[in-house]
Formats: sequence, structure tokens, C-alpha cells
Amino acid sequence: MLYKILIDPFVQMGAAPDLLVQAIWDGFVGGVLYALIALGFVLIYKASGVFNFAQGIMVVFAALALVGFHQMGVPAWIALFLALAVMLLLAISVERLVLRPLVNQPDIILLMATIGITYFLIGFGQLVFGGEPKRMITSELGIPKGAQDFDVFGGFVSLQNIDITAAVMAGIMVAALAWFFSKTRIGRALRAVADDHQAALSVGISLNQIWVIVWFAAGIVALATGIMWGARSDVSFALEIIALKALPVLILGGFTSIPGAIVGGLIIGIGEKIGEFYWGPLLGGGIESWLAYMIALVFLLFRPQGLFGDKIIERI
Amino acid sequence: MTAFVESRPMSAARPIEKGETLLSVDGVSLSFGGVRALTNVSFDIKKGEVRAIIGPNGAGKTSMLNVINGFYHPQQGTIAYKGQVRRRQKPYEAASQGIGRTFQNVALFKGMSTLDNIMAGRTLKMGVGLFWQLFRYGPALNEEIEHRKKVEEIIDFLEIQHIRKTPVGKLPYGLKKRVELGRALAMEPELLLLDEPMAGMNLEEKEDMSRFILDVREQFGTTIALIEHDIGVVMDLSDRIVVLEYGRKIADGSAEEVQNNQAVIDAYLGVAH
Amino acid sequence: MFYREAGQFKTSYQADSAVFPILQDRIGLAVILAIAFGVIPFFATEFFVQGIMIPFLIYALAAIGLNILLGYAGQLSLGSAAFMGVGAYTAYKLVTYFPETNVILLILVSGFVPALIGVLFGLPSLRIKGLYLAVATLAAQFFLDWCFIRIAWLYNYNPSGAIEMPARQAFGLTLTGPAADYMLRYYAVLGIVVLMTWFASNLVHGRIGRTWMMVRDMDIAAQLMGVKLTNAKLTAFAVSSFYCGVAGAMLVTLYLNAAEPGAVFTIRQSFLVLFMVILGGLGSLIGSFFGAAFILLLPILLRTAAASFHLPIEVKNIENLQFMIVGALIILFLKFEPHGLARLWQVGKQKLRVWPFPY
Repeated sequence: MLYKILIDPFVQMGAAPDLLVQAIWDGFVGGVLYALIALGFVLIYKASGVFNFAQGIMVVFAALALVGFHQMGVPAWIALFLALAVMLLLAISVERLVLRPLVNQPDIILLMATIGITYFLIGFGQLVFGGEPKRMITSELGIPKGAQDFDVFGGFVSLQNIDITAAVMAGIMVAALAWFFSKTRIGRALRAVADDHQAALSVGISLNQIWVIVWFAAGIVALATGIMWGARSDVSFALEIIALKALPVLILGGFTSIPGAIVGGLIIGIGEKIGEFYWGPLLGGGIESWLAYMIALVFLLFRPQGLFGDKIIERI
Repeated sequence: MTAFVESRPMSAARPIEKGETLLSVDGVSLSFGGVRALTNVSFDIKKGEVRAIIGPNGAGKTSMLNVINGFYHPQQGTIAYKGQVRRRQKPYEAASQGIGRTFQNVALFKGMSTLDNIMAGRTLKMGVGLFWQLFRYGPALNEEIEHRKKVEEIIDFLEIQHIRKTPVGKLPYGLKKRVELGRALAMEPELLLLDEPMAGMNLEEKEDMSRFILDVREQFGTTIALIEHDIGVVMDLSDRIVVLEYGRKIADGSAEEVQNNQAVIDAYLGVAH
Repeated sequence: MFYREAGQFKTSYQADSAVFPILQDRIGLAVILAIAFGVIPFFATEFFVQGIMIPFLIYALAAIGLNILLGYAGQLSLGSAAFMGVGAYTAYKLVTYFPETNVILLILVSGFVPALIGVLFGLPSLRIKGLYLAVATLAAQFFLDWCFIRIAWLYNYNPSGAIEMPARQAFGLTLTGPAADYMLRYYAVLGIVVLMTWFASNLVHGRIGRTWMMVRDMDIAAQLMGVKLTNAKLTAFAVSSFYCGVAGAMLVTLYLNAAEPGAVFTIRQSFLVLFMVILGGLGSLIGSFFGAAFILLLPILLRTAAASFHLPIEVKNIENLQFMIVGALIILFLKFEPHGLARLWQVGKQKLRVWPFPY
């Protein structure tokens, strides 16, 4: 038994390195998507201190809106803009109806409020766009199909074009956000707010405006994530379970670190694919559903502040 | 080294007579990362006295209390309480040895009533197990009533009968401070640490609080260590004063000695260079 | 006017420390119990007892379980359904191994296994709190739900993966299995829930409950009062999981009769219980009953409303509406009344006290 757990998987990895590379790639792509959800989360947490449980649902909601508009007969690109408009509207409503009334409440209250948002969005999305699983309009948006095959270690590894697009787009988006944060006036205001709400207010930065911008930015990230995710499977609220995986990613990366979100996402994505592929069969399979949480849990016990977070000193 | 290991059993401590050293701090240094909060601080607290710790903001006064309490563990130095030397201990161990405490920013249990807050101070004295708790009968009920009596005595002592059942979150600041004192008294501490008990109070409230502090010592024989910024209050109340500046002890002695100490005057008024 | 404690003087601390110090409250409680035990069984239809009262009571107990953890001890858990599941599967295994034993006893004993596992998953709470802990409890949710699907021993190697309750007896009466009489089950559920609510009420009003609230409100000060955080948090996890476990055990034995793999004790279920606690009122036992009633009645009310006004709403959209309403209410309650329906109840009582004057 011990042999099967401790040695056999590595023997398998050595025997078929092409499979290992394939597993790592699959995990990498999954990890990119986790990282993107976590990224939207970090944006919101930094600027408004809200642990946005609804980020995962915003991904599904954005994708559903996009596909939903297209199904109503709107051309793909216009549907994309409409979906963006919906996310803007969502950002404004959240700021007006949730954040503003609940300002200065304890974290845990705000977290529960975003669970409320989650449920509202599930009901609303299904009511308006229908609950049945939908196909993402990948070809209409010009995302390439097919796969690239590479010969590696005598076997071959197949990379889906969709996945490559996803990885590239994620990279572009992170770069764009980094630029936005460091080079623009709004970006500077955002960092000021993230540091200290009161001080930011006192130098004339409008918190409400910043919140709308941040939630909208998170909405754009959500839409992009939703498109790529939807391309890999159907669009429906069944994705909700996968969306929750962003939480262990955050534990790993820390709530406030964008590099942390990316590294955390990749660790979780690759870790759970390899875990499932090599160790899953020993346990009867399906360990993907909890492995990420267990990794995060073990991690928490040794480094509660996350990979990139600051050490927490409790003040009395 | 053996002393550190042997510091656990608390009941073994012998009773301390009035005037003997109750607690002695010996060469304590504490730092957070690169920031030094305390450097080689030594002083003692004698049984039955009111001992003040004063100093400018950031001098390390609260850190000192936190070390005595066991919240912070000093990198160097030891604390001896009732003659037992210790280096690391948990806050609840300090509590069970008889060290009570109030906080600079009121740290009451804000979802609970005044009565429950003070009852909370009795936690250590209560111990009936889960079984009787489930039925709230027999030993559990008797214990509850018996401690309720003690709590009512404290409520009478602090003259807060009228807010007995008010949630403490709704109380004005001065009363909160008083309830917090009550909660600490409910522990029947031998050593009571008061962290700025009069901060933010008006003159009348300060007078009330001073009276309570002196009464506590009179009636319960409690030893008191307090941090306070109001020098007038400190001079009137305390028997001996420790002055800290930038984490170092710069003076130690009676009110008069400290007042005439050049280092203290420099620290408070600044020095012409 | 109607509800007034003037003139009720307490002459002992015992009377003043009672759980229900006011006479009207005691009368009210007696009336409610009398209705539950004596009136409902004679006038209620099978649908009302089977479809509303039994699940209401079971979920109220689960909500009390989570409320002990979240409302009293201040530790957020998103895994209550998993602990209900552990209780359910324990009960199932117990009735398999001890077919002759009183099934009510087995249901109560089933709580101990979830209590143990609750302590295990509560261990991270010693290092982390708040939001981090919420994620840690998700680990419990997904891992345990996975166990219910993958560990065949748990469902007695049934090829479908489901558990189906066999007929079992208590005091010579058949309580479980599809053929059991609904009224007997109602009494069994009611008895267990009343007993355990009474226990919970005693706990939260005594030393242990006070320790939990101390940890919730200010853990640093609690330590100074001599509270060992380890003990306080882990007992909260244990007691909470015990309650959730018994609720889960009752859910399969006395209500559902069967559980499909991966369909009952899901994350959705955990959220449902969480919503009951938030809407009902954090840190209120009576609120747990209000919250459970509200969440369970909402779909029924919506359906009835749609039918009686002849609104052309499809069944699946009723579910969607329900999601939207619950989501919106959560936000509204957090904003206006963080203490939930229980607080509204208090306000109502205050109004009755001063009626007919405004204050």
C-alpha cells in the first residue's frame, strides 16, 4: 500500500513523461482560470475590503448574459458589449444597494452579504436567461478551434487552441491590470483606497466611484473568465462548485496579492490535476472535488497569511 | 534553566505578605521583527501597592502589561510572579494565577449584558461540567446562583445596578470602563493591571474612577499596576512610579523622586541641545 | 398592555436568572408546546405534518446547531450539511448493525460521530479565524460529501449508492421505513427537537454558553478571564456538529427514508442552513425556528400565491424567484436587522408591552 502511494505514481511519471506533461498542461489551464477568478476577488478585496464570495458566480452570470443575449438574436460582438454593460450595471447596483448601506460593518457581515448576492444572481440569471446548460459562442467570437500536437519524450502532447488562447488572454489581462494599477490616475487612487479608506477620503478620493470601478473591473475579468471557461464546458450554474475553488487559491496566495492569486491558482490547478491523475485511482477517483481545499487547509496550518501575505501581528 | 520548566504548577505558590515583592520583571527585552518595544526593563511590584507605569506615547507601557499577561513573550529576561520565575506562559495561565486586566480601548464582550460581562469574569471560579449544564439543575444551578451573588456585590460596589441588564454595546464610555473594571474585579485578582483606566474621561468621571481604584485596594487588598497619562492622577494615586521612554526604564521611585528626576523632565518636556 | 412584567418581582437570584423570567413568556411557551403536542396531531392533514412540520422541526434543529457555532461562538462554518450527512450515515450504519435497538436512541447516539469529526475539522480554528476558517470548513463539506459517494461501506455496498432506511422500531412502534406512520414520526421528531432545544437553551444560558460568547465578542479578553480558546472553540464545534448530526440522522430516518449519493448533503444545503440562521437571527434559539420556518415556507407560499392569482409562472422559475428573494432578504436583513426575525419578535413584544401607547 505504502509503495502504491509513495513510489508507484513517480514510477508512472518517469515511465510516461508525455502523460505527465499533458497532465501539467491541463492543470495549468485550469489553474489559469482559478487564478483569474481569484484575481477578480483580490481586486475587490484590496479596494473595498469585501471578501467577495460572489466572484465565482459573477463569472457564470457574465457568461450566461453573453450567451443569453446571443440566443435572443443579437450578433456576438454586440452581445459582448451588452454583457459588459450588464456587468457595469451590476457594479453600480452592488455599490448602491449593498456596499454603501453596509459600509464599516465587520468582514463577516460583508461576506454573508456577498453570499446573498450570489443567491440573488443565481436566481436572476436563470430567470432571465434560462437555467439549461448553454454552449459558449466561441467560434462566433473568433476564438480558434482545434488543437496543436507536439512530440515530447517519444509520445505526444495535445494543446487545445482554446486553452492556449485562454492562457494568452489571461496574461494580457494581468499585464493590463498591472499597468492600470501603477500608471493611471485611477490606479493610484485605487492603491490609496486599498491602503487606508479614511486617508483616501480625506484627500478627496470618492470611495463610491472607486468601488464601482473596481467591481466593474472584476466584472470584466469575470466575463473573460466566463468565456474561456464556457468554451471548455457548458455554461450553467453547475459551474458554481468549480467557482468556489477560487477560495483555496486565495488562501494560498493571500487575499491581497495579485502575484499570489496567479501562483496560487497555478499550484492548485496543477496540483489537483496531478493528484487526480496519479493518486486519484488509489482512492476511487473524484478527489479533485476536495483536494484543493485540503491543500489549502494544510497550508493554512503552517503559513496562515498565505504565500505573499504579510505576517499578521495581533495588536491589543 | 530548571526554574523555567518548573514554573507550571500555580497552586504551589506560597501566599505573599503585604509589602513583599509580588511580581518582579527582570531584564525584559521585547522586539517585533526589527522594532524594539522594550529593552532590558527591570522593576518590581510589591504586594498591596499602587504602582504606576508612565511614559510618553510609544514608550512600551502597554507592551509591558502584555508581557506580564503572557500575550507577548519577551526574547530576553524573565518575570517572577509570587517568587516563581517564568519566561513563557499563556494568557489564561496568567489569569488563573490571579492577574486581572483592563484594556486601553475598552474590550468588553459587546453582545452581552453588563451582568453577563461581569459573570464572565467568574469563569475561572466555575467548573460544573457539561452534564449538569445541560439540565441547568443541581450543581450547575447552584453554582450559577452563588456566583451571581458575588457579581451583585461587585455591581453594588461600582454603583452600576441600573445598567445590570443593558447590553454593554449601548453604554456610554465612562460606564463601559466601569463595567470593565467590574469584570476584572470579578476574577478576584491578586494583581490588577489597569491600562489607562481614565483615558477620555471628564474630571468628574476621573474622580469616580480614582475613588474606585483606591476602594478596590482598601476593600479587597488588591495590588494595582496602572498606566495613565494624567500625571496629576498618577501622582495622587500611586505609591511608586516607573517611567519608560523608548522601551527603556529611565526612572523608578516615589512620586516626588520621579518628579524631580532630570531624565523624566527631559523626556516629557524635551531637552535643549 | 398585553405583555407586561410590571408587578412580577424577583425575590431570588434563581428566579431572576431563569431562562424565561417573565410569566407571559412561560405561558406562551406552554401554549406553543400544548399546540405542538396536543392540537396539531388532531387537526392537521397528513401533508401538513409530513410535508411541513417534520422538515421544519428537523431543519430548525440543524439551524440551532449552526447557530451555536456561528451565532454564539462566532465561528463561521460553510459545512453544516456535511456534518448532517455524517449523522445520517452513522444512523444508517447503526440501524444496520443494531436492528433490535430502539431507533430513537440510535438517532441520538448518531450525534457523537459528527461531533468527533466536527472537532477534527474545527482544529484549524485554533490558528485561523473568520474568512479563512470559512474556507477550511469548505474542505469538510467537499471531502465528506465525497466520502458519502466513494466509500461503499457507508451505504452497505448498495449498487445505486443510495441509502434506504429499513423499518425499525422504538417502543414497539415502527418509526422508520416507507411504511411508518407519519404521526408517530411527528411525535418522535418533536420529542427529540424539544429535548435538544431545552438542552441548548440551558447550555447557552450557563457557563459554557458564556464562554462561547466571550470568544465570539473578544477572544483576547476571553483569554484573560481564563478561557482556553482551544477548549471553548472545540466544544462549540463538537456541540454544533452533534446537533447538525442528529438533525441529519432524523432527516434520513424520519423524513426522507432514503438519500441519493451526493444529492442531499450538498453545499447548497449548507447554505440553506446558513440562511436560516442569518434570517432567523444570529445568537438566538427561537430565531433558528423562525429562520427554518421562513426558508421552508417560502417556496410553498410562492407556489400557492402563483396558483391562487393564476400567475403564469413555471415551476422552475418559482425556484429562481425563491433564490432571488432569499438573496435579497439576506442583504436587507444584514442592513436593517442583523439580529434577524428574532429581533423583530422582540420588537413586537415590546410593542405589545406598551400598547396602546407608542412607547
